[in-house]
Amino acid sequence: MFPASFDYRVAESIDEAISLYQSADGEARYLAGGHSLIPAMKLRLARPSRLIDIRPIEQLRYIRVGDDGAVHIGSLTTHAEIAASDVIAQHAPLLAQAAKVIGDVQVRNMGTIGGSLAHNDPGADYPAAVLALEATITVQGPNGTRRIAAADFLKDMYETALEPGEIIVDVAVPSYSGWKSTYVKFFHPASRYAVVGVAILANADGNQVQDIRIAYNGVASCAFRDTAAENVLKGTTVTDTAIAEAANAALNGVDALSDHFASAEFRKHIGRVYLKRALQGLFAG
Amino acid sequence: MTTYVGKPVRRVEDHRFITGRGRYVDDIKLPGMVYAYIVRSPYAHAKIVSIDTSQASTAPGVIAVLTGKDLEADGIGGLPCGWQVNFRDGTQMKEPRHPVIAVDKVRHVGEPVAVIIAETREQAKDAAELLTIEYEELPAVVDPQKAVEDGAPLVHDDAPRNLAFDWEIGDKAKTEAAFQEADRIVELELENQRLVPNAIEPRAAIGDYNPGTDHTTLYTTSQNPHLIRLLLCAFVMGLPEHKVRVVSPDVGGGFGSKIFHYNEEVIVTWAARKLKRPVKWTAERSESFVSDRHGRDHRTKVQLALKNDGTFLGLKVQTYANLGAYLSTFAPAIPTYLYGTLLQGVYTTPAIYCEVYGVFTHTVPVDAYRGAGRPEATYLLERIVDLAARELNMDPADIRKKNFIPPFDGIEQPGYQTQVALQYDSGNYEAALNRLLEMANYSEWRRKQQELRSQGRYIGLGLAAYIEACGIAPSAVVGALGARAGLYDSATVRVHPTGKVSVYVGVHAHGQGHETTFAQIVADKLGIALEDVEIVHGDTAEIPFGMGTYGSRSLAVGGSAMVRALDKILEKATKIAAHLLEAPESDLEFREGKWYVKGTEKSISFPEVALAAYVPHNYPPDLEPGLEAESFYDPKNFTFPFGAHLAVVEVDPETGEVKLLDYYAVDDFGNVVNPLVVEGQVHGGIVQGVGQALYEEARYDENGQLLTGTFLEYAMPRADEFPMFKVDHTVTPCPHNPLGAKGAGETGTIAATAAVANAVADALQPFGVKHVPMPMTPQRVWTAIQASQQVS
Ligand SMILES: Cc1cc2nc3c(=O)[nH]c(=O)nc-3n(C[C@H](O)[C@H](O)[C@H](O)COP(=O)(O)OP(=O)(O)OC[C@H]3O[C@@H](n4cnc5c(N)ncnc54)[C@H](O)[C@@H]3O)c2cc1C
Repeated sequence: MFPASFDYRVAESIDEAISLYQSADGEARYLAGGHSLIPAMKLRLARPSRLIDIRPIEQLRYIRVGDDGAVHIGSLTTHAEIAASDVIAQHAPLLAQAAKVIGDVQVRNMGTIGGSLAHNDPGADYPAAVLALEATITVQGPNGTRRIAAADFLKDMYETALEPGEIIVDVAVPSYSGWKSTYVKFFHPASRYAVVGVAILANADGNQVQDIRIAYNGVASCAFRDTAAENVLKGTTVTDTAIAEAANAALNGVDALSDHFASAEFRKHIGRVYLKRALQGLFAG
Repeated sequence: MTTYVGKPVRRVEDHRFITGRGRYVDDIKLPGMVYAYIVRSPYAHAKIVSIDTSQASTAPGVIAVLTGKDLEADGIGGLPCGWQVNFRDGTQMKEPRHPVIAVDKVRHVGEPVAVIIAETREQAKDAAELLTIEYEELPAVVDPQKAVEDGAPLVHDDAPRNLAFDWEIGDKAKTEAAFQEADRIVELELENQRLVPNAIEPRAAIGDYNPGTDHTTLYTTSQNPHLIRLLLCAFVMGLPEHKVRVVSPDVGGGFGSKIFHYNEEVIVTWAARKLKRPVKWTAERSESFVSDRHGRDHRTKVQLALKNDGTFLGLKVQTYANLGAYLSTFAPAIPTYLYGTLLQGVYTTPAIYCEVYGVFTHTVPVDAYRGAGRPEATYLLERIVDLAARELNMDPADIRKKNFIPPFDGIEQPGYQTQVALQYDSGNYEAALNRLLEMANYSEWRRKQQELRSQGRYIGLGLAAYIEACGIAPSAVVGALGARAGLYDSATVRVHPTGKVSVYVGVHAHGQGHETTFAQIVADKLGIALEDVEIVHGDTAEIPFGMGTYGSRSLAVGGSAMVRALDKILEKATKIAAHLLEAPESDLEFREGKWYVKGTEKSISFPEVALAAYVPHNYPPDLEPGLEAESFYDPKNFTFPFGAHLAVVEVDPETGEVKLLDYYAVDDFGNVVNPLVVEGQVHGGIVQGVGQALYEEARYDENGQLLTGTFLEYAMPRADEFPMFKVDHTVTPCPHNPLGAKGAGETGTIAATAAVANAVADALQPFGVKHVPMPMTPQRVWTAIQASQQVS
């Protein structure tokens, strides 16, 4: 398991990283935690001619509340740091709930939120959370800086709005202090990626729901918000019947992934059962 | 009184492993060494139209690009099969040529097609991408039942219906008669799915040739270096055996997959001799998936005839055993003599008949994998017994007790003659089950099960009572059954002048802890300290000819050889002691490392005697100097460990998820040398067995592509999926070997799969689910529930 040969460069700043990207012959890739890129290179599914290691860019490593009141997370922040952060626990615990069930300890210590979002694996755990949280992703590239809504950023399986040479610098999440949230995950027993992951974020007074966001990853080629399920519950009082109705409404018309471990039908079934149980847990009392 | 034997002595080898000082094949770097990369077939079945080596040969660092034609031109033969199983009508087993490197055709994904040798392994792999191989793809067959159908693609033109052999055992007429008189017949169709062994250390091999002395050395990750040397010299390469050395240093797990003689061992040896430089190959993990021999892969129909009171009358089994594309070293023996002969289980079933079709398919060859045949036998037996209990509304424990073979020690009472050729050595099956039920508080679990069911929670209890044939094997017996080798083992005990001892053993350790357990026996026997003993294994230049380690044979066979050699040492040492103490031998008493003149304090110690043996100026006149002895031990019979396991699972019927709540095991290994090591073997085996039940599957698509060819898809069991196991053992010594030991390496994989399968079926009884195919993934469990809900 060793990759094709490549040129390895280290960037100390975002500008340097971008100029190393621009000066590369052939395909260049940024290296963050390496926990998606390196395995793909070892299998020779990815064969960049240049790797630009961005890990020394300290300015991409932070979690703080900004002047806008939103939580800002530097793209090099690891899953473990997000899982353990007090700031995130207070303002956007959903993100930590997702981070906690990513892979295993090694993966969480190495993998970064920027890398995960840039990779957009259908079985990754952050995508549902950032959709539910309506996060904004800031990218910087040869043509300057752009701010992109998560829903526009995550395009399809391994596809994002990133243009060549762009680096994710920041993930901004509005404060949801006081909201309820949960992330439940049906693991693949081998990879531990999500076969189904459901993120729920609700602004509720007891069982009285003002607003609710429900997003899935794992089920389809890209994470998505399930507005049909949301609409069943939005502005209502949650009861067992309402939960059952929401679960029934979920995933209709979704083109689900299918493989020998989980067929499309089974994925949707699990998606509904997990949604139901997650809602029951969230509104238990 | 023993100082070490029977005690939980910590493994002496662990220090070097834990501190990273193990020396594995891949750690060895020889001067001038070059690297082989093996180009493998991406197709399950294809003609090789052409191979264009021109670009690859001129790539940076490339020394040679070699193909199957080059190998044949050098007169290298195919890989031999070590066991012959003929057709029922007496015609010989089909044994098609097993090429080291494919020549005209490829027959499974992963088969070697060419070898690139370069200064670095990166260069070799890069050059491989420049090799142009033109294939003409042909239709493939992967399912052994489909492979025997008319019109199925043939794996070998000279094996019609893709049959290597068909085989039977037992008494067909008697069994048919038993079925006639039965009150009821219970039947089940089962698949014992294919597994990838996945030892943590990938296979590796280094060939090294010295043209000055004409010596060849092969370093290889093998469980049996002498066997590899023999096959390499006598059958494949025709090398002079006295000039060939095979070394298997530290080996990181084998589980059977490192028994066999592999293509790559021949490739590096041949290339090293050809290029006159050491050549190393180390498998990448993706290569391991498609080149390590796989395990299991049976499709079976089993029928049990019984009386309404639960008494078993007859058993019929029909199995299609997938052998893969070629016959691997021991392949024919696994689904026959290590499977059909175990169908008696621990029960008195008076009539048994089994037929087995050994089938070629376009898949990786299948051979022994931990348990080898015995897990397959146990799985079907224990599943059908549970199903019978359910149909008769009996408790699974009761139906087993009703049919157990009564206790026999093999000394006072004779061994138990089965319906399927074997004679069990000694057994007390009910005692093991009773101990298990008591330890697990079985009746309390049953009560809890009822209680939880009323709350909509579904737990299941799964029993498995098993027996296995270990201590492989009495040579004359297995020779008559088709083995092309004897299965004795050997040991040389060398006492050094200072009384320190090196023991050279023919068996091989790759996780079993021999360096500790064997040393415990030596230390006790000679009355010396454990640290004064070293166990040496794995190098044909040092050890006597031995057959290696598999089939839980090391202690029962190799350990017995060692005990015999130690007896010879003591016999000679006593003569020396008698001379030095100036007393007749009959007046001497040996205890705790000293010979005493009986009734006196006059004594001489083991090191003093050892020194006298090598500095023999005051010495018995007609005795040879030196203190060294060798023994070859051929066992009188197999050994038959047995036991009973209980798995407790909870199934979530809405999602199909299965959680293992608790696991209990009571095993009988005969006498136990080191309970800590044995417990480790049991724990690892249970995890592996549960792996088959719940997670693992080598799954091919119809074109012969392995869908689960990486750890992203192939699910290995993980620590967080397991409760702490509760294990205990009963002791029924083996009556026919000097240690009374039966072997402990495979029981976990044999019992645990069946126990968990029974537990899941038990949990799903309220849903009318009879059986869930393995691995029992959530989708399969859920589908089984859906299917049976639709029926009812
Ligand atoms: C065994 C294992 C199990 C795993 N299980 C899970 C799981 O359960 N759930 C889950 O969500 N993930 C899982 N992962 C993936 C893990 O979370 C990865 O860390 C993550 O997907 C990628 O992050 P990274 O920092 O490692 O990125 P890298 O691997 O370094 O990069 C991934 C891709 O993103 C690009 N990239 C990286 N950083 C940036 C940036 N700042 N801007 C633009 N592009 C960038 C790279 O060029 C590359 O194309 C698992 C990984 C492994 C090895």
